[in-house]
Amino acid sequence: MGNDQGPRHRGRDRGGKPPHSEPKVLVLPGDEIPDRGLQPGFGTYRVGKRLFASVMGYATWREPFVRIVPFAGRYVPKPHDVIVGVVQDVQKTFYLLDIDASRWAPLHTSGTPWEPGPGELDQYLRIGDAVLVAVENLDATGKIGVTMKGEDLGKLSGGTLVTISPAKIPRVIGKGGSMIHTITRLTGTRVAVGQNGRIWVEGPAEGIHRVRECLRIIEEEGQRPGLTERIEGFLQMTGPTDETGPRDPSSEPVDRTRPDRFDEGSSPSDDDPGRAPPRPDIPQNETNEGEGPWEA
Amino acid sequence: MGSVGAKEIPELLNAEGRRIDGRRLDELRPISMKVGALTRADGSAFVEWGENKVMAAVYGPREVHPRHLMQTSKAIIQCRYNMAAFSVDERKRPGQDRRSQEISKVITEAFESVVFTEEFPKTSIDIYIEVLQANAGTRCAGLIAASLALADAGIPMADLVASVAVGKVAGRIALDLKKEEDNFGEADMPLALVPQSGRLVLIQMEGHMTRDELREALDLGTKGCRDIYERMRQALRARYDVPAGAPAQGVMA
Repeated sequence: MGNDQGPRHRGRDRGGKPPHSEPKVLVLPGDEIPDRGLQPGFGTYRVGKRLFASVMGYATWREPFVRIVPFAGRYVPKPHDVIVGVVQDVQKTFYLLDIDASRWAPLHTSGTPWEPGPGELDQYLRIGDAVLVAVENLDATGKIGVTMKGEDLGKLSGGTLVTISPAKIPRVIGKGGSMIHTITRLTGTRVAVGQNGRIWVEGPAEGIHRVRECLRIIEEEGQRPGLTERIEGFLQMTGPTDETGPRDPSSEPVDRTRPDRFDEGSSPSDDDPGRAPPRPDIPQNETNEGEGPWEA
Repeated sequence: MGSVGAKEIPELLNAEGRRIDGRRLDELRPISMKVGALTRADGSAFVEWGENKVMAAVYGPREVHPRHLMQTSKAIIQCRYNMAAFSVDERKRPGQDRRSQEISKVITEAFESVVFTEEFPKTSIDIYIEVLQANAGTRCAGLIAASLALADAGIPMADLVASVAVGKVAGRIALDLKKEEDNFGEADMPLALVPQSGRLVLIQMEGHMTRDELREALDLGTKGCRDIYERMRQALRARYDVPAGAPAQGVMA
């Protein structure tokens, strides 16, 4: 990490020295890569004894796998990942969420805090609503089961969604949450980071705008060192958040199709500037857990 | 064809062995590729090849629409090759016709043999190829653009697919025909090659060649594909600001 990539095949001549200080080796689909006695991992395939890359990215050799860290590609779900989904369809017993993976993920009512009867699911979530969920199970057919039961999970009311590359999410969070903490502190916003590259931002419109700018910088320059400092500099340069005026919730349209009828009274006092920043490492959710305001 | 058909048959090969645009028989037209030309697609590429201009966009793997096309064991590849109404001299009637359906089908099949579709069951990988300007060889240009777009989208595949047409012009085998050569030449044969394994994944032919000519054409086409392949790799690396290494080998004008 942090190294410039050397000439493309530099890794080939090097001994079996273990990773860390290893210069990154750029590979393209079809490039032969040395396996160095390791097993083929993500982005590789074998033909006989030879090993090839199947995606574009940096090759890494780290016990026990040779794998390619891809430059692009859809989100690949992992169990326990917290992700942001958008309701695409409401069925009799489950919702279908677009999570920017290769398939939609079903969210069954058993994974929600609600107990709707058949056909009553649209009383809780409708098409276009954003939710914070966790990946629960992955089966061999590629089905992605998600749940809303868990700390901080639930419906995301208000706010807006920003999508970046899932590969850049670790940079958005930063070491021990340093980056996201810096961003929320200096913009007066509340942020939920989904491992699938979707980031929910809530707060004053101007703060949301600055978070958006930060995310753009992170996405474009994520590989360079000193990123947190640069983001901090950028935010201080663009001035402290002015949180005096009452926030206009309609100024930043929410990424969904209708005004939320559960919003009233459920949000914390947004225009209180002295509010403690949310915990940086954990996605925040403003709506109540469990038997929330939905149980009306 | 249009206005060209009204003219005399041009001299396709002059006494010095130069073609209508000054190229030698084994020379490619100038080609440039830009990977990541569109922001909203998962992967995209724009290819200018001679007077061809082709844009390709890739989406997916994503949900299959319509649903009945879904396959439980692998992803399906859906490709649409389309020529813009303004891409040729005489306005083309917009929309899919039999020619574009055929081209979509052969390109789809070319990619089915390299993309690891089993990794994404019940999904669809959608490829859109838009020909903005046409001057013979658009299916090859489209295939190259789509191949780059697939790589840009991070879709796993065995190799990039390189493609070029070979043909017979004024009795000689020539690489990468342009429009006049295609119209007035004796044969046109588009090829697509998986360079790393040496497999041909697309081959079509219009016109006539002898057995020896076919052999010569395949050799020339394979060599052309490998040149194109090198250019494709440079274009992909350039997307991530990686030095492209040695400059192109004499194919760029």
